[in-house]
Amino acid sequence: MSISLSPSELEVAADSVGPDAGGPGAEKAIEGRSLGQLAWRRLKHDKVAMAGGVVVLLIILVAIFAPLLTDWLGQKPNTIDYNLTDPSTQLPMGSFGGASGKHWLGVTPVLGQDVLAQLMYGARTSLIIGFAATLLSLVFGVSAGLAAGYFRGWADSFLSRIMDLLLSFPVLLFSIALLAVFSIIPSFLGVSGTPLRYAVIIFVLGFFGFPYIGRIVRGQVLSLREKEFVEAARSLGASNFRIMSKEIAPNLIGPILVYATLTIPNYILGEAGLSYIGVGFQPPTISWGSMLNDAGNYFQIDPMYLIAPGMALFITVLAFNLFGDGLRDALDPRSRR
Amino acid sequence: MSAAATELTEDERARPGAQDDLLVIQDVKKHFPIKRGVVIRRQVGAVKAVDGVSFAVGPGETLGLVGESGCGKSTIGRTVTKLIEPTSGSIRFDGREISGLNRGRMRELRRDIQMIFQDPYSSLNPRHTIGTIVGAPFRIQGVKTDKGIKSEVQSLMERVGLNPEHYNRYPHEFSGGQRQRIGIARAIALRPRLIVCDEPVSALDVSIQAQVVNLLEDLQSEYNLAYIFVAHDLSVVRHISDRVAVMYLGKIMELTDRDTLYKAPMHPYTHALMSAVPVPDPAKEARRARILLVGDLPSPIDPPSGCVFHTRCPKYREVLDDSERARCRDEVPVFEAKQPGHFVHCHFPEVRRDLAVAEDEGITGASDRPSPDGNRPPDSTAAGDQRSRSEVEDASPPDRGPAPGDTPLFTNPARPNDFEGPLR
Repeated sequence: MSISLSPSELEVAADSVGPDAGGPGAEKAIEGRSLGQLAWRRLKHDKVAMAGGVVVLLIILVAIFAPLLTDWLGQKPNTIDYNLTDPSTQLPMGSFGGASGKHWLGVTPVLGQDVLAQLMYGARTSLIIGFAATLLSLVFGVSAGLAAGYFRGWADSFLSRIMDLLLSFPVLLFSIALLAVFSIIPSFLGVSGTPLRYAVIIFVLGFFGFPYIGRIVRGQVLSLREKEFVEAARSLGASNFRIMSKEIAPNLIGPILVYATLTIPNYILGEAGLSYIGVGFQPPTISWGSMLNDAGNYFQIDPMYLIAPGMALFITVLAFNLFGDGLRDALDPRSRR
Repeated sequence: MSAAATELTEDERARPGAQDDLLVIQDVKKHFPIKRGVVIRRQVGAVKAVDGVSFAVGPGETLGLVGESGCGKSTIGRTVTKLIEPTSGSIRFDGREISGLNRGRMRELRRDIQMIFQDPYSSLNPRHTIGTIVGAPFRIQGVKTDKGIKSEVQSLMERVGLNPEHYNRYPHEFSGGQRQRIGIARAIALRPRLIVCDEPVSALDVSIQAQVVNLLEDLQSEYNLAYIFVAHDLSVVRHISDRVAVMYLGKIMELTDRDTLYKAPMHPYTHALMSAVPVPDPAKEARRARILLVGDLPSPIDPPSGCVFHTRCPKYREVLDDSERARCRDEVPVFEAKQPGHFVHCHFPEVRRDLAVAEDEGITGASDRPSPDGNRPPDSTAAGDQRSRSEVEDASPPDRGPAPGDTPLFTNPARPNDFEGPLR
C-alpha cells in the first residue's frame, strides 16, 4: 500500500488490529473479565447502592456476632431488671425510654430489658427468616420456572396453574390460621417449640412467595431456550439436564440475585407483620415484630421503645432495597453509563 | 417431456446425487402445526416450511442453499442436524437412516454432523469462557484427547485464527468476526464430516465475511468437510459452493452445479434472482434485463396449487398460453434433471444466458436466447463454458488444488479464488 499514514492514523490502525496482534508476553498481563466482574465494577461506582450494601453487611455482622457484642456491652436481652422501671407506672425511669450510658437505647417497660441487646438478637431472627425463606422461594421458584420454561407444553401449563393458584391465595389469612394451628400442636415431624415456629414461618413466607420468582425465571428461560447457544449445545448432543444446568442456569444468576436482594426485606417485613399480629414469634424468642407488638401498648407514653425496632426495620429494609436496585442496574448491560 | 431429459437414465433423472453420497435427503417435509383452543388443542393447519425437498451432498462437497426469507432454507439445516424432527421423508447420513433416531442414538452421530450458526452474538453462551465453549464438544461427547482438553482447545483456537492466550476470556470481549471463529472452532472440534452453515456470514461486516468464508474453505480442504451452506447472498454462495440449490416456499426450484446455475439458469425464479444481482459496470447494468417479481410471497400455510411459484412467475404471466397456464396451476412439477445434474422444478424450464452474473463476460447473447420450450442441446453451451473455465483456472493460484479425497459428483471446475460482488 503506497498511501502514507499520519502517526495518529497508524496508532488507530495498530489499535484496530486488536489483542490478536499482541505478543504472548503482553497478553498474560490482560486478564479476561467475566460479566460478574464487569457488574462489580459498575456497582462500585453506584454510591447509593454501595452505602446500602455496607449497611446490609453491618447488619449481617451484628446479627452473627450478637452474643459477643452484647457481652461486650455487658447486657443480655432477656435479663429482667425491675430496678430500671418505675414501680408505680412500670415505665422506664429517665428520659428517652431510660436511655443511659449502660442502656444506649433504653429499656423495655415493665421488665426493664435492654432494648439494644434485644435489637441485636432480633436482627438474627429477622435475617434468618429473610434468608431462609428467600432460599426456599428460590429453590421452588427456580426449579419450577426452569422446568416450565424449558419443557413448555403440559409441564408449563401444570406448573403455571399451580403458581397462579398460589398467587390468588389469601396468604395472610391462611398463614394466620396455619400459625395458630401450629401454636397448639406441640410437635410436628419431630420438631417442636421454637425450631417448629421458625420452620412454619419460613415455610409460609417462602412457599407462598415462590410463584413470583417462578414466573420471572420462566420468562427468562422461555427467551433463553431459543438462543442459538442452546441449539449449539443440543447439536452437540447435550442432555436436557446439562442444557438447563450448564447453559441456561448461569444466565439466570443476574435476575435471581436481584430478586433475592429485593425479597429478603419483604420477608423480614412479613415476619415482623406476623409477629406484630401475634401469630409469629413469642417471647423468649426476640423478633423486631414482637418488639413492635409489645411497644404498641406503650407508644403514647414511651415512644422510644417503638422507635428503636421501627427504625431498625426501616433501615434494614431500605438498605436491602437500595442495594438490590443498584445490583439490578449493575447487572443490566443496558444501564451501562 | 423433452429430448434432453429422456437421454438421462431413470436414476440420474430422479436422484439428485450419486450412490456414495455422504448425506442423502429425500422428499423431506417439515410442517409446523398451528393449534387452536385453550383446553382441547386441535390442529387447524400447518406451516409447510419444507415441503418435499430432495438433495444429496458428497464428501468434501459444498452445497449452497439460497432463497428469500422464509423459504425454509434454515429449517432444512436444522432438520439435517436433527434439531427438529422432519414430518416425513428420509435423511440418510453415510448410508444410515437418521430421521427417526431418538436422542440417545443420535448422540454418536452428532460428532459427524455439526452446525455453525448465524448470529455470533447469541450462539455463544455469555457466561462461559472461550475455553469452556470450544471444549464443550469434548466434554459432552466424552471424547478423550491425548494432551488434555485445554491444549486441544488451544490448538483449535490457533487453527481458526484466534490467540490461544484468550482461553479464559468471555465472548463479550470479542468482535463479531472473532466470535464467529469461536463458533467455527466449536463446530470443527470433533472433526465432523458434515457441517451445516446456517447463514454464517450474514451477520458479519462485509470486510469480515471474506475472512470467514476463506477460513471455511481452508478448513474444508484440510479436513475434507462437506458443507451445507445456507445463505441469501448470491455472491457468497457462488464463491464457496460446488453446487447450489435455489429454494422457494419450502421447495427446491433448481439444483445444479454452481457455474451452470449462475451462467445458464433454467427456472424462472432463478432468472429473477440472477437479474437482481447488481453488475459492477453501469453500461452493462443498464442494458441488462431485470425481471421483477410482483406480489408478495404466498403464505406457506396455504401454498398455491400446482407449481408454488405460478402466482408470481413472470413466464406464467407473460409467455405461456392458457392451456400451459392450466398445467402450472393444476399439476405439481416433478423435480427432475432436465440436463445431466441440472434439476429443475418447472413445467417449462428455459435456459437463459442473458442474465448471467459473469465475472468478465458481461451480457452476451441476449439475442441468441433459446426458444421458450427450453432445453438447449448439451453442446450449445460447451464453448462458452469452456472459455470461462479456462479463464478461471488461469486466475487461480497453483497451490489450490482439489482437496484430498474430494470426489466431485458433478463437474466441479476449479474454484476462482477472486471475490465477486460484495466480497471483492
